Amino acid sequence: MIRSIRSTAACVSTVAALAGALALVALSPRAAHAQNPTQPPQGVRLGLSYALGTKPGVLVLPADSADGDSIRAILQRDLDYDDRATVIQLDEAGARALLPKTADRFNYPLFAKLGVVAILRPQRSLDGITVTMYDVASKKRVQTGSFPLPDGANSPAWRMAVHAVSDRIGMWIFGTPGSAATRVLYSGGDKQIWQIDTDGANPRKLTSLTLAMSPAWSPDGRRFVFSGFNSRGSQIAVYDFTTRDFTWKSATPRGLNITPVFSPDGNTIAYASGADRGTDIMLTDAGAEDPARRITVGRGSDNTSPTYSPDGRQIAFMSGRAGHPEVYVMDADGTNPQILTDFTYGEAAYRASPDWSPDGRQIAYESRIDGSFQIMTIDLRDRSTKQYTSDGENEDPSWAPDGRHLVFSSTRAGPRELWILDTESGRMRQLTHAPGARLPAWSPLLAGR
Amino acid sequence: MGAALAGAVLTSACAKKPVPLAPTPAANSDSLARARADSIARAEAARQAELARARAEQDSLRAVREAEQREAAKNADAMRVLGATIYYDYDQSDLTEAARSLLQAKVPVLQANSAMRIRITGHTDDRGSSEYNLALGLRRAAEAKAFLVANGIDGARIDIASMGEEMPAVQGENEEAWSKNRRAEFAPITGGAEE
Repeated sequence: MIRSIRSTAACVSTVAALAGALALVALSPRAAHAQNPTQPPQGVRLGLSYALGTKPGVLVLPADSADGDSIRAILQRDLDYDDRATVIQLDEAGARALLPKTADRFNYPLFAKLGVVAILRPQRSLDGITVTMYDVASKKRVQTGSFPLPDGANSPAWRMAVHAVSDRIGMWIFGTPGSAATRVLYSGGDKQIWQIDTDGANPRKLTSLTLAMSPAWSPDGRRFVFSGFNSRGSQIAVYDFTTRDFTWKSATPRGLNITPVFSPDGNTIAYASGADRGTDIMLTDAGAEDPARRITVGRGSDNTSPTYSPDGRQIAFMSGRAGHPEVYVMDADGTNPQILTDFTYGEAAYRASPDWSPDGRQIAYESRIDGSFQIMTIDLRDRSTKQYTSDGENEDPSWAPDGRHLVFSSTRAGPRELWILDTESGRMRQLTHAPGARLPAWSPLLAGR
Repeated sequence: MGAALAGAVLTSACAKKPVPLAPTPAANSDSLARARADSIARAEAARQAELARARAEQDSLRAVREAEQREAAKNADAMRVLGATIYYDYDQSDLTEAARSLLQAKVPVLQANSAMRIRITGHTDDRGSSEYNLALGLRRAAEAKAFLVANGIDGARIDIASMGEEMPAVQGENEEAWSKNRRAEFAPITGGAEE
């Protein structure tokens, strides 16, 4: 690992003028915001030199192969959606003009003037791609990795393998992987369970039932649980991606069985069940058929939507025991239930759909504000809350494995669709183009699948 | 009975056949004419009897049919009463006065059909969390069941379910649609209705 102490911040103000002068280079307006020239030169990460608190400029060079354009396009898009880097967008010809005539001898000062902190060079190898990362400030190669790719360019498995490369690049630059090699499960407008890659590719229907909803991933990403309905009621089911089929659970055969989730060790399914008055949280064995254990004492109230803390020791859930829905936290065996969301007696608040963040520090949920649902987070240490949305109805938040992005359903642009929010910058993008999409669940990292 | 009479007429006609063995064709024209008249009279009587019997049979069939129709109408009324949907206030599972009187009317139907089992399915409008609405729908169905049980119906005959906001009766984003969607529906469980 190479450490460098220089910052490129000082050069950035000249980028716009230079870009005009370079006939071949089509520079994105985003590049102008790559660095803040007023920032003092400080901060170094993993061999790259850039000011802390800025988004380092990253440039992906063309790859010399038939599927090179796709690889470059996917890497660029993933790094852009990752929201931690500024992707310096050059068209194919412009980027090709920057390729070195010999080996690694880049024109580093030119890259620096473009705001580039890291150069990424993908090159096709026999069974995949090799990616090399260069630090512009120190003018050195800092990382190289070889990544096998499956046959069939642009197949779902091939794309997922390229996304995994993006996540590794995130690891190189920032020390933690991105969340590109992931999918989102959701309930479609046709009331069936669907999956979609998190870059919006490959939407696919997975169930054909009267009604299927509330999917939740297993920790290994190989299965998911959901609630399926027929004329008699609803039941928990486990879908296996290997067999592409599901099996019903039968721990509580009657009444309503909804909102299942896996425990972080994958051994237990927590869900809500009601056959008479009220709905309570139950636990059952994820594998064997096992009588369910009731862990809430709702006394006729509604208790649904459990979500585990990442260490598996606690469960947050939604309860109407105080007369209106609020988010509560209890130990994973049901003891010590406490209200989490701040509420005032007499206030008809409505807080629902909790999802515990992967770093364990906060819980995302939806809260009715001035008659519409908005996405909120609550910090578990000081119970401070943040509101992230204000347009339309925004519901069902689910964390990405990076603990930074949330997928949620929103009517902000008309019909209900899934959107992805970067909780740090507030940037949003639409994930689905399938009216009625809701109840999303973001997968763990799915490298190699 | 009619067939037996017709058979007797035929038999008596056949019984005459051996008589013309005597070689006197024009023996006694008076007795022949009387025999013919008797035969015609007997046939006519049989025909009248048959007509009367058929009429009586039709009358009784009609009576049965009308009784069946009355019974069916009564059953249809009972089923209408049993199947009548009840409605709830926004975000509430408490029974309104209107809901109580509709439920009260179901009690005698359930008592008269003591083998019948029913399912009550609760529904909500589409405001609120769709997962929480499933629980609210169940609570609505449970309140309706509790009312019936409190009025003497065996709770084991009543299943409850919820479809939350998933099966709206009416599409629309206004109070008129919402008020029709906040409901509980009642249906005999298959197989129970005939018992």
